[in-house]
Parts: sequence; C-alpha cells; structure tokens
Amino acid sequence: MTHLIALSPLDMAIICIYFAFVLYIGYYLKESSSTGDDFFLAGREMTAWIAGLSFLSANLGSLELMGWAAAAYQYGILSVHWYWIGAIPAMLFLGIVMMPFYYISKTHSVPGYLQLRFGEPSRLLSAVTFAFMTVLMSGINMYSMALVMKVVLGWDINFSIWVSSITVAIYVALGGLRSAIFNEVLQFFLIWFGAMLIPILGLIESGGFAGLKARIIANLGSDSYTHAWSTLGSFNDNPMGIHWTGIVLGLGWVISFGYWTTDFLVVQRVLAAKDLRSAKMAPIIGAAFKMMVPFIVILPGLLGLALLPFKLTGEAEAVATGGHSYNEVLPLMLARYCGPGLMGLGITALIAGFMSGMAGNVSAFATVWTYDIYRAIWRKDATDAHYVSMGRWCTILGVLVSIGTAYLVMQFQSIMDYVQALFSFFIAPLFGTVLLGMLWKRATPAGGFWGLLSGTVGSIAMWAWVKADPSAIRYIALSSNAKDMAENMYRGLWSWIICVAVTVIVSYMTKPKPESELKGLVYGCTDIPSEEHVPLLQKPAFWAVAVSLVFFALNIIFW
Amino acid sequence: MRSDSGISIWFFIGSLLTIYGALILGYGLYSLAVPPVKPTVLAELHADIWWGAVLLILGVAYSYTHLPSRKS
Repeated sequence: MTHLIALSPLDMAIICIYFAFVLYIGYYLKESSSTGDDFFLAGREMTAWIAGLSFLSANLGSLELMGWAAAAYQYGILSVHWYWIGAIPAMLFLGIVMMPFYYISKTHSVPGYLQLRFGEPSRLLSAVTFAFMTVLMSGINMYSMALVMKVVLGWDINFSIWVSSITVAIYVALGGLRSAIFNEVLQFFLIWFGAMLIPILGLIESGGFAGLKARIIANLGSDSYTHAWSTLGSFNDNPMGIHWTGIVLGLGWVISFGYWTTDFLVVQRVLAAKDLRSAKMAPIIGAAFKMMVPFIVILPGLLGLALLPFKLTGEAEAVATGGHSYNEVLPLMLARYCGPGLMGLGITALIAGFMSGMAGNVSAFATVWTYDIYRAIWRKDATDAHYVSMGRWCTILGVLVSIGTAYLVMQFQSIMDYVQALFSFFIAPLFGTVLLGMLWKRATPAGGFWGLLSGTVGSIAMWAWVKADPSAIRYIALSSNAKDMAENMYRGLWSWIICVAVTVIVSYMTKPKPESELKGLVYGCTDIPSEEHVPLLQKPAFWAVAVSLVFFALNIIFW
Repeated sequence: MRSDSGISIWFFIGSLLTIYGALILGYGLYSLAVPPVKPTVLAELHADIWWGAVLLILGVAYSYTHLPSRKS
C-alpha cells in the first residue's frame, strides 16, 4: 500500500506517549468529577485562560487544520476570512454582550437558557436538533480523520476510528468536562508546537512573505491568491467566485455569529469559567489566538502553492491519476520539512486536533442529553449522582453512535455533502432566537418557539426546493452561478430572517412574560456587575478593543 | 487551574513538552553524528535540535513553576 509518510519508531513513541498522557489525565481527574456541576461544568472554576484556550481548541479539529490548509491551496488567502471576519467579531460579541446572560442565568447549556427564557418547547426543539447535529458531525469528522490517516500513514480505517474514539470516550467519561478541558488545553499546545515549524521553515525557504507572494504569482500568473479583500468586488475576480456581501453578511454575520455564540460545543467551555469576568475574557482570549491560527493553517496552504514541485487536484482527479489531492497539502508540507521526531510531533498535533474536536462534541452531547432531554422528559427529580452516572454512560453512548455514523458515512459518502447544510438548518435560526431572547424583553415564549421552528423548517424547505429544482438556487443565493458554499450562507441568512420575523410577529400577538421573570435573562432586566473600578488592563472591554484593532490591521495589511 | 488533588494543567503540559523536547533534541544530536539517508528540505538548519531545545526549555520551565510540591 502506498502512503505519504512512513513513521519511525521515535514518531510512534511520541504518539503513544500522547495517548498515555490523555488517558492518565482522565483517570487522574475521575475523583474530582463526582457532582453534576463537576462533571458537566468542570466545577465552574476555570480561569479565563483555561476556558479561552479550551474554547478555541474544541473548534480546532484536525479536519479544520487540514481542510483549511487545503482551501488555502485551492482558493488562496481568501480562506483567511473564516478565521477573521468569520470568527473574531462573533467571539468578541459573545464575550462582551451575550456572556453575561448565559453566565448570570446559571444555565447548564444553551437549550437550558432557552428553557429559562422561552419555556420547555423551545428547549426541547433546540436540544433534540443539537444532539442530532452533534453526533452526526462527530461521526463524519471521525470517518474523515480515519480516511486521512489511511491516505497519509497507511493506517487501517477501523483501527483509527476505534482507537481514537475509545480513548476520547474513556477520558471524557472518567473526568467529564474537566477532563475534556484539561486535554483540550494540552492539545492546544501540541497543535501549535506540532504545526508551527511548517510556516517557519516554509517562510525561510521561500524568502519571507514577499518571496512567497512572488513565487505564487510566478506559478499561477495572478496575484488574486494573495489578496483577502481587493478581489471581492466581483464574483469573477477571485478564485472562490464570491462577492464581499456573501462574506460579510452570510459568513461574518449569520454563520459566524450563529456558530460562535449559540453552538453549545464551544459555549460550554466558557460556562465553566470561575466568574463572570473570566467568562467574558475567555472568548476574547480565544479570539486573540484564533486570529493567529491562519499562521499554522492558511500559510502552509499558500506555501504549498509556492513551493511544491507538482500540482494538487480535487479528490476524484487525485484518485484517478494517482496524484495528490488538496487535502494532502498539510501532510505534504509536514513530510517536506520534518524528519523523525518532528514528524511524530506533527502527526500528534493532527490526532490531538481530532480528539479535542471529538471530546468537545461528546461532552456537549452528554450535557444536553442528560439535562435537556433525559431530565426534562423522563426523570425530573432524580439525584445528582444519577445524572452524573447518566452523563458518563451517554458519553460512551455518544461515542458509539458517532462510530455508527462514521460507518454509515463510509457506506453512503453522499452524507458528507450535507454537513454544511446542517449548520444552516439549526444554527442560523437558533442565533435569531437566542439574540432576541437576550436583547428584547417583548419576545414571548410562543414567539421564541414558533420563530425557532419556522426558521428551521424554512431552512430545510429551501434546501429541499433547490434539491428538487436546482434552478431555484437563483432565488435562494441570488445568483444561478452560486456554489454550495454560497447557497449555505444565503440559506442561513434567510432562515435567520424568517426566525426573527416570525418571533417578532408572534410576540406582538401574544402576552409577554412579566419583567420579574426575566431577571438575569434579558438586557434591561439584568443587573450586570459594574466594571468601573476594575483596572484598565483587567477589563474585558479593553482587550476586546485591542483584539479589534489587530483584527482591522490584519485585514488592511492583507487587503 | 488545579484539580482538587493539586496537579495543575500547566504541570501536565510542561511534563509532556519536556519529554518531547528531550526525545526530539536527542534525535537531532544523534543525526548530527549519523546523518539520515533521506534528508528533509532545509535539513541543514537542524530544526530538530533547536525546536527540541525550545520544547525542552519551555517544558522544564512550566513543570518547575507548577510543580505539585510548590502548590500555594
């Protein structure tokens, strides 16, 4: 069997040591995860740094690393928008505006917040859709990772799926969210130290960023791959075929704000912070590091464009011709610069990325299942120990269902095409509901529920319409030439608008909750602790402004 | 953050970086004496030596600073 990389005994030792460490951490933390708050919210004692790094790490899956390196090779520096405008404003908004309501309400989860604000039906709807989406995503990521390990290292798919997922199941089931967070912080460091050598050595080889740009222009005959904004004035001027309105409104607003502010996978990490100021700082710290992730993800893709002596292609063409696909650009660059030892560290970074993403999925799934589905429907008054036990078991159940999904995807690979669509089905309308719930006192329980339901149904209906009649894309995505990515973004935008419109209309037709029931949940009814006397350098708002300035500077530099 | 029984997450990170740093630096020094048959691009920069050293120094610093016995 041919594969990209052959691991030495030293590399294998580095990978095995990593597995031993994460398992030991889970075992070590078992004793300190005996109550519900310990198991599901890590005792609410995380510092801003731990919560912030874990918040980012749960999102930094290995597919994210390899997928966006591949996108950078394919579309150039435009891919950086998914790290900058597609993340930073939303992360700062979560920290400064939304976090106080999540944190002060003392909720265990995002569906839990909806229960407090809009009642049981809204909670159940969002909990069921979240649980479904989470295990499906987890399975798809698991399969994709195993496939990459097969192509890159020649590892058997079954071996990769079972070893990595059982490891995650053990350490999360033992230590709960605390163990997931501990490991995510460890994985954060491994990802950076494992991947950072590629851009450093790549920039040395290409003669700095100026040399890199010159090589790309020489290789491709165009400078559109090295500009983030200047080519977005027209659909035809950039490799992605996208307009700036799609990037700003679709990605920068609905998709990004929906994911970063309402996806419980990431929000759960911040809820574990020890106090409100830490909870506000955590997303800001995450945002500061998120801005730098393109250094280890986008830059290697660009370096591949500049330095690799052969051309990468799409998956189908690579299989047909025996060449390499876009998805292999990161492992190819790793193999280019890293010998024994460093190679093991790089592969460990990829495995760590996968495991941190999966641990995020299963720990969030365990919480939502236990508190928002099991307790809400079947066992309202069980003991705390019973819920912890349920959390441990459904961590294992979540992993097993994810493994089942991975095998399902193996049989029906077309499922992969629907992954992105799932986000627009569930996340975009949820963002509308949570946002109105937090910022608009007049929003009623009926308004919240019907808005969320109609946004979700509307999104699925739009998707089905385009499936049945592909020409309908000209109405959904405003262009008959729109690609899948553009369709998902515009569908997300429409479903958010439907959700907001229905919530507003139904709210005006129904009776609002008295203000006394909205304390701690809504802007204007919540006493948010003043930060007037906090030193400037400890104020979340100060750091949010600092991160914003760097964000604007980066966009201007790479304009 | 520490667990209830006192080991900081930073100590775990420091320990792992120390082990990795020692292994990678050790191999880098060994390959000075016995150069690899198929060297990587820019192998002459000996990235494994200086990157291994960086990991080792950071790992030792983290481990020492957050030793369980130094718990406040």
